[in-house]
Amino acid sequence: MTTAPTTGTSTGTGYTARFKVWRGDAEGGGLEDFAVEVNEGEVVLDIIHRLQATQAPDLAVRWNCKAGKCGSCSAEINGRPRLLCMTRMSVFERDETITVTPLRAFPVVRDLVTNVGFNYEKAREVPSFVPPEKLAPGEYRMQQEDVDRSQEFRKCIECFLCQDTCHVVRDHEENKQAFAGPRFLMRVAELDMHPLDAAADEGLDRKTTAQEEHGLGYCNITKCCTEVCPENIKITDNALIPLKERTVDRKYDPLVWLGNKIFRRRE
Amino acid sequence: MATGTTERPPSPDQPGGVRAPGRAAIKARHLRTDRWWVQPTATVAGLMAFIIYSAWRALINDDYYAAPYVSPFYSPCLGSDCVDMKGGPNFALFGDWWFMSPAAIILVFPLGFRFTCYYYRKSYYRSFWASPPSCAVAEPHKTYTGENRFPLILQNLHRYFFYAALVVAAILTYDAILGFRNSDYEWGHMGLGTLVLWANVVLIWLYTLSCHSCRHIVGGRLRHFSKHPVRYRAWGWVGKLNARHAQLAWASLISVGLADFYVFLLASGAFDDPMLF
Repeated sequence: MTTAPTTGTSTGTGYTARFKVWRGDAEGGGLEDFAVEVNEGEVVLDIIHRLQATQAPDLAVRWNCKAGKCGSCSAEINGRPRLLCMTRMSVFERDETITVTPLRAFPVVRDLVTNVGFNYEKAREVPSFVPPEKLAPGEYRMQQEDVDRSQEFRKCIECFLCQDTCHVVRDHEENKQAFAGPRFLMRVAELDMHPLDAAADEGLDRKTTAQEEHGLGYCNITKCCTEVCPENIKITDNALIPLKERTVDRKYDPLVWLGNKIFRRRE
Repeated sequence: MATGTTERPPSPDQPGGVRAPGRAAIKARHLRTDRWWVQPTATVAGLMAFIIYSAWRALINDDYYAAPYVSPFYSPCLGSDCVDMKGGPNFALFGDWWFMSPAAIILVFPLGFRFTCYYYRKSYYRSFWASPPSCAVAEPHKTYTGENRFPLILQNLHRYFFYAALVVAAILTYDAILGFRNSDYEWGHMGLGTLVLWANVVLIWLYTLSCHSCRHIVGGRLRHFSKHPVRYRAWGWVGKLNARHAQLAWASLISVGLADFYVFLLASGAFDDPMLF
C-alpha cells in the first residue's frame, strides 16, 4: 500500500490511514474498510472519533476519560486487547491496515461495544473485606510494607482486558461459570494479603475458596493477563502465583498443615 | 445485565470460543498481525534440543567424569557402578540392582523442578500444548480443565521439587569446590573446567532461589511483613531475582548442558583441560 499524501495540517505530518472496523451486533456483522485522516500525536480513539464525525455517525464505541484511567475503551487492535485511548498511532507503520474489533470474549452489543456484565457478576461473587472486630473505621493502622502488595492490585482500572485475553473463558464459554478470571482472582489475593481482613475469623478461608469457588485451578499461568494490563500490574507473578502457593499451603502441603496445627499459627 | 442484553447459553452443536454465538461475528481465530508464532516456535526448538541432548547423555552412562570434574547430569552418582570420583559425589544408595544409567535416578529431581516450574509451565503450555499458543490466539482444544485434574494437579508438588533442587544445588557446589584440584587430586589448582562448573552452579543457584515457591516460603505466605523484618528483606531479595526467573531458567538450562558437554569432551579425550594455575 502506498502512503497517502499529507492532509495539510499545521504540523505537516498528517496522513491517511487504512482502518478495518468491526460493525454489527449480536445477530451478525463484519469488518468495514475506512480511509481516515491521522495527525501527529493521535491515538486510536481519536481516529475512531474522527470516523464518527466524518464517515460513520452511528458507530458505537464506549469511552470516557481518554486518559487510560476509566477502563471504558477496551477493544482489540490488530488482534491484541488494548485500550483505544492508550494506543498511539505512531506505533503502527503508515502503510499498515489497522483492524479494530470489540472484545472477543464477551457478547457484542453493537459495533465496538460489548456486554461486560460477566465481570460484574464475578465481582459480586467475591466476598468483600471483613472489618476487624475490635476496630472501628478510622482506627485502622497498617504498616506500609504490609499493604504494598495489595496496593499494587488497587491500581486496577477494571478495563477487563485481562478477562478478555484469558483463554480459559475466551476460548471456552463453558468455563465462565466456574472461573472468576484474573481480575477477580487478583481481588481474592488482595484481600487474602490484606493485613486487617478478618475473613478467617468469620470462617471464610480465602485460600481455599480461591480454588473451590473462584476456579483458581483453571489458571495455567500463561501470563497473557500480565501482558495486556495497561497499568502494568504483575498479575501473574504477584497475585495469581502467590495465591496458588497459598492454596497449596491449605490443600496440598501436609507439612504446612501440620506446622499450623502444632504451632497454632496464623500467617 | 448492565446493558439490558442477555448472554445465550452455549449449545454443543454451536461453535465455541471466540466464535461462540453472541460474540462479534469474526471467522478468523485471531487477527494478530505480528509474528506471535516466533516465541512458541523458539521455545519448542530450545526445549527439544535440551531434551534430546540430555536424554542421550543420561542414557549413554559414559564419559561423565574427567578428574577432577564430574558432569552435573551424573552428580550425585547413586548407582554402585559409578566411576570412583576420589572424594567426589559417589553415594551408592541404590546398590547393585539398579541396571540403568545412574543419571536417570538423580535427573528426576532437577527435571521435576523444571517441569513443575511456573515459568516452564507457561512456556510449554503455550508452545507444546498451544493452550493458548499466544495471547488472543485461539487455542485448538475443545475443552479445558486447567490444573484441576490429574495429572496436571500434580503441578502443586512444585515446592517439594524445590526442596530437592536445593540439595542438588548444594551437591553441585561441592563438585565445583572439588574443581580446585588437578587431575592428580592435588588442591590449589584451577582449570577452565573449574570456571565452567562455577558458572553453572552460580546460575543453578540463582535459578533455584528465584523460584516462585521459594519466594512464597521465604516470606510470601506472611500477612504482616512488619512483624518479620528479616523474612521481609529476604522476600524482597528473592522478589528481585524472581523478576528474572525466565532468563535464569534459560541461562541455567544452557549452562548445565554446556557444563556436561565440557566434561564429555574432556572425558572422551577430545582435548585436555587448560590449567590456569
